Amino acid sequence: MEKFEKLTAVAAPMSLINIDTDMIIPKQFLKTIKRSGLGVNLFDEMRYGDDGSEIPEFVLNKPAYRNAQIIIAGDNFGCGSSREHAPWALLDFGIRCVVSTSFADIFFNNCLKNGILPVVLPPEQVKLLMADSEKGANAKISIDLVSQEITTSDGDTISFEVDAFQKHCLLNGLDDIGLTFEKSNSIDEYEAKSAPLRPWV
Amino acid sequence: MTTAKTLYDKIWDAHLVHATEDGTSLLYIDRHLVHEVTSPQAFEGLRNAGRTVRAPEKTIAVPDHNVPTTTDRALGIKNEESRIQVEELDKNAKEFGIHYYPVDDVRQGIVHIVGPEQGWTLPGMTVVCGDSHTATHGAFGALAHGIGTSEVEHVLATQTLIQKKSLNMKVEITGHLHPGVTAKDITMAVIGATGTAGGTGYVIEYCGQAIRDLSMEGRMTVCNMAIEGGARAGLIAPDQTTYDYVKGRPHAPTPQQWDDAVSWWQTLFTDEDAVFDKVLTLKAEDIEPLVTWGTSPEDVLPISATIPSPDDFDEGKSKAVSRALDYMGLTPGMKLTDIEIDTVFIGSCTNGRIEDFRAVAEIVKGKKIKAGMRAMIVPGSGLVRAQAEKEGLAQIFTDAGFDWRLAGCSMCLAMNPDQLAPGERCAATSNRNFEGRQGRGGRTHLVSPQMAAAAALTGRLTDIRKVL
Ligand code: SF4
Repeated sequence: MEKFEKLTAVAAPMSLINIDTDMIIPKQFLKTIKRSGLGVNLFDEMRYGDDGSEIPEFVLNKPAYRNAQIIIAGDNFGCGSSREHAPWALLDFGIRCVVSTSFADIFFNNCLKNGILPVVLPPEQVKLLMADSEKGANAKISIDLVSQEITTSDGDTISFEVDAFQKHCLLNGLDDIGLTFEKSNSIDEYEAKSAPLRPWV
Repeated sequence: MTTAKTLYDKIWDAHLVHATEDGTSLLYIDRHLVHEVTSPQAFEGLRNAGRTVRAPEKTIAVPDHNVPTTTDRALGIKNEESRIQVEELDKNAKEFGIHYYPVDDVRQGIVHIVGPEQGWTLPGMTVVCGDSHTATHGAFGALAHGIGTSEVEHVLATQTLIQKKSLNMKVEITGHLHPGVTAKDITMAVIGATGTAGGTGYVIEYCGQAIRDLSMEGRMTVCNMAIEGGARAGLIAPDQTTYDYVKGRPHAPTPQQWDDAVSWWQTLFTDEDAVFDKVLTLKAEDIEPLVTWGTSPEDVLPISATIPSPDDFDEGKSKAVSRALDYMGLTPGMKLTDIEIDTVFIGSCTNGRIEDFRAVAEIVKGKKIKAGMRAMIVPGSGLVRAQAEKEGLAQIFTDAGFDWRLAGCSMCLAMNPDQLAPGERCAATSNRNFEGRQGRGGRTHLVSPQMAAAAALTGRLTDIRKVL
């Protein structure tokens, strides 16, 4: 999992509430053998017309937001199924942080497992960031996980909460595998101890 | 003084790498079985992170879910997504240097049949696979359970799994089975008694005289469906039957290691005064040949019974029963033996082993299946197929009108070409009767191999005791 320390990037405003996992990545894209490559189909039904052409009004199709790495979202982002394909698609597109007033629980955890920082803020502050992000490509927003602060393009700062353990994992790029790697010594010791006892394993 | 332990406790303790105060534990995995459906993203994850498989020598892969079972499969898999998944496994097995049985290898078959057959599964081991029926391997006294794709990646990378310990449940089957009653009926009877959530949070140890009397094949059938009762895993303590089955298999302990192995295996039993968190006892004599009538494995009744009414159940379940009866096209009060079937499927990781086929051959020998019946018999591995051919069973099946197939999951689930059409009704020896499991709109009645054979002959669900 990629580390998350500090990110300065364009933020895309998506004020729609209840964006669910089917909207993030529709079902027909789940038969894949890959985690990667889902980015082109992120928000597929909102993003492309029936003939496959881009819908110009959709935020991520606008020139200013094509390289957005942050989404400022409406309430209850990521509701729906438990499939990890939703964060996989966001990540593949390049999104590393989503800010909203609330997230669906499973989606929230799936984001963290995949190196995406979900930030929960009170409505006024989300509104402020939404307005800032609407200014376009020149209005970059900074997110500093170490100091737990967001800086708007105008220099205003907003602090946010994050679970200490999850912060540790994100800062160090530790997924479950990364965490287990920290215990490699114990695994080595276990193997050294058990091999002579049960050589047939 | 040491405290009394269950079999599960002993295997757990022998594999504990690390434990934190809240009980989150790192468990060492002795065998990791891999198939084509749940592994591609896990291998891709390794590749993207520049990681390797920590213990390729303990990792065994075989394609089974997607492979066609017709004899022309050497020509290739027609469905593109299926073909890509199998090709991906070919590639990953080679790239990461893990043991592999490709589609054209005689040892290829359903992962839960291949593992034990090749001697990969041994008593006292921890065994995982990205598939819920990994519970099968518990028949050897191995702690075996299914895992998700992220966990598959975790095991590939670290050879460990992050786990919290389950509770202990004992299921005792006392006495002796009547003729015509099989391991399949035992395991369905247990699910009927506990419900599909009765085992949730537990690891079940099956014990008692009727379990001891079972062959390894029968024990695998029992443990296979532990997951259908909600349990994390099923276990049976190893004994002479287990050692005899294991001895001489390609990956069993060598002759030099054998005595040490057996001495350790002999310590793998539940101590007399160990305490179980939950206990269920059934009398083998009370178990009749069973059949499912609904769309959940807990919807099980003796073949002599009639279809229940939604009114017989409490509110939550009553709705599910109405829906199930509607889906199955059945009416309350109907005798189970009046249900006509058009398809028979014998195979799967529940009942695709040689002993199952011997039992079927005994029933259909010299007879013909009902005219118009589609009857498919699918070996669990290429070696089961070869053995059945050597013993003359294959000839008996084809003479009777069965379609004798190549090894794979086949009609157990609708992921390969073997499927039910909407409205078709099948007596199946597999383990799940969910809506659409064998094909969209298909209707499944789970039974033992013997019952399936009898149904193939008569064209309806049949009491095997009247055929014997
Ligand atoms: S035979 Fe059926 S239950 Fe067994 S592994 Fe294959 S699909 Fe799963």
